[in-house]
Amino acid sequence: MGEKTIRIPIGPQHPFLKEPAKFDFDISGEEIIGARMRIGYNHRGMEKACEERNYYQCLYLLERICGICSHSHTTCYVQAVEDILKLEVPKRGLYLRTLVCELERLHSHFLWLGVAAHEVGFDTLFMYVWRDREVVMEILEEISGNRVNYAINTIGGVRRDLTEEQRKKILGSLDLLKKRLDYYTHIGTHEPSFLARIQGVGKMSKERAIQMCAVGPFARASGLDVDVRRDDQYAAYGDLDFKVITSDQCDVLGRVIVRVLEIAESLKMIQQLLTKLPEGDIAVKKVPRRVPAGFSISRYEAPRGEDVHYVRSNGTEKPERVKVRAPTMANLEAATESIVGSFIADIPIAIASIDPCFSCTDRTAVVLNDKKKGMRITTWEELRRYGVDWYRKNKGIHF
Amino acid sequence: MDAIKVLIYIAIFPGFLFQSVFSTYLEWLDRKLYARMQNRLGPLYTGWNGILQPVADILKLFAKEDIVPASADKFMFNLMPVLSLASVFAAGLYLPIWHLTSYNSFEGDLIVVAYLLAIPSFALFLAGWFSVSPFSLIGATRVLTQLFAYEVPFFLALLTPAVMAGSWKIATISSYPWTSGSWWVIPVQLIAFGVALLTLQAKLERVPFDSPEAETEVVGGPLTEYSGKKLGMFRLQKDILLFVGSALVAALFLGGFGGGIILGCIQLVLKTIFVVILLSVVRAACARIRIDQIVTFSWKYLAPASLVQLLIVLLIKGWKGVA
Repeated sequence: MGEKTIRIPIGPQHPFLKEPAKFDFDISGEEIIGARMRIGYNHRGMEKACEERNYYQCLYLLERICGICSHSHTTCYVQAVEDILKLEVPKRGLYLRTLVCELERLHSHFLWLGVAAHEVGFDTLFMYVWRDREVVMEILEEISGNRVNYAINTIGGVRRDLTEEQRKKILGSLDLLKKRLDYYTHIGTHEPSFLARIQGVGKMSKERAIQMCAVGPFARASGLDVDVRRDDQYAAYGDLDFKVITSDQCDVLGRVIVRVLEIAESLKMIQQLLTKLPEGDIAVKKVPRRVPAGFSISRYEAPRGEDVHYVRSNGTEKPERVKVRAPTMANLEAATESIVGSFIADIPIAIASIDPCFSCTDRTAVVLNDKKKGMRITTWEELRRYGVDWYRKNKGIHF
Repeated sequence: MDAIKVLIYIAIFPGFLFQSVFSTYLEWLDRKLYARMQNRLGPLYTGWNGILQPVADILKLFAKEDIVPASADKFMFNLMPVLSLASVFAAGLYLPIWHLTSYNSFEGDLIVVAYLLAIPSFALFLAGWFSVSPFSLIGATRVLTQLFAYEVPFFLALLTPAVMAGSWKIATISSYPWTSGSWWVIPVQLIAFGVALLTLQAKLERVPFDSPEAETEVVGGPLTEYSGKKLGMFRLQKDILLFVGSALVAALFLGGFGGGIILGCIQLVLKTIFVVILLSVVRAACARIRIDQIVTFSWKYLAPASLVQLLIVLLIKGWKGVA
């Protein structure tokens, strides 16, 4: 490290952080030469709380993991539970579920574009984008009755049907969004002062993105062609015609491009969903309250990236374990690393470029190092050696 | 009697009272325009369409608790708000509000005003420097870096009309198109007007040049540790700087005609409002650029542009002198 480095702490309270997280930057002049991050300020113990609730109550708890991608977490969870129960969800239910998924992606990406503009001081774009986000919010309210926590998912389908008038109304609002989106795409990729702030900022190469397990639009902006909607099709995505957007820019500009083009793809998908909407039931009529013993892992492409839920059941009304890996968790390390080498002024936009959601991702670690009770800390190396030895001894497998 | 007159000039018109009232109106106008351009409503509730909102904001700050950080240099920390406020007030006294002149106008007052307008930036730097917190230190160094970026183009731009009119007196420069009958100088000086507008925007630390106090990056910049009365003074100073700066640019570049005290004053007010409207449009249309980009932009484009303008003016002067 240089001789004249200052460490500036950012967070847990800072105007650019919408939620608490802590970053430490070593700076020399205006350049950043080291970055570390720490989470754990907003841990809510939801996974543990799930073990105390039945499967339906968990649904409403998990909906509150995230204020923006609430539908993502419930969908991911119900998919896992439906998989354990071996339920066949009716086609119409799947379509409606996918419809809300895509609307949620729309409003999340609109929100992100506004936040990104705000981080670089472009408040006009911020206000414009958030005004049009209202259109999406109104559609969501029309469908589900709620603006943020839609509560439309249930185990085995969805809770609300879509009437013919609603369908027409939504199709009508899409035209306005399409028109406005073209304008924002142009602004976001052509406005000189905005470009000056996002081009070449927060570089993350494709190789490094793979190593850091980046997901979602962040990974796709580094040229990584991953999308759970196509790679591991769920809900109604198998019936839809859509492109996975990638960009080779590897910087914040790439993330803007990927997100605005994804909005366009989402609009197309919503149109397809509404025109193809099949008739029939929206949910499975009878769902058993007790879930047979088993486990399932469910993947879901949330607006921020791949969301993973693991659910293990033990034959009772309550799940034995629910494990959530929100996309921010996968991207945070990579984002922190991508800042090194850029300027202090780039910190907000570089971190915001993954669309961080710290509350979703927050977890806590309790270190139990009580020697009297026979507890001790095991390092990763020791754990690995133990695993190798165990397989050699018990299964005869040599690594 | 003269002493009382001067006191009235300084305290009421065109001094303290007029400047404070009119500058808060300008802030309201700027906020309202900025809001309307962003599809918002802006201030609404205090007074007619929220016209008293800036006054209410400043009064609120004056009533708030005043905190001095333990590690700050008390003397400098307390001095800086007063110094910067006093310097902009003093600069405002030389504005040609008095049928195109000011009561105390003299040959060379343009230089005095330019000098007085540079003090707030230094005061802001020192305020940040002596508050001793990481964010105010970064903000303070940015203030100084930015000062080196915009000050030279700003002075060069102000020089253009002065050279045109052949005077250092704001009043003479302002009335030059009218007295000499050559209204064509206004369109000729358009480049310098543009440079002056942009550098004034940088001096006022507004988007796209608001890097020193970028909220999302350095919290409050040099003013992070300020609160209460002192923050209120800085707020008022900012408003008056907006008024004095735009009135100066308006007086130098937009010409005017005589017509007595009242008409002269109305002219200046309208011209100033016009400049503030332009500044608001710039503010709404841009993102905040980085400090290194500000320096590059100033020296790569603004300084050469003002030099080119100066050359044009000198050539015109020379050609006219021959003919």
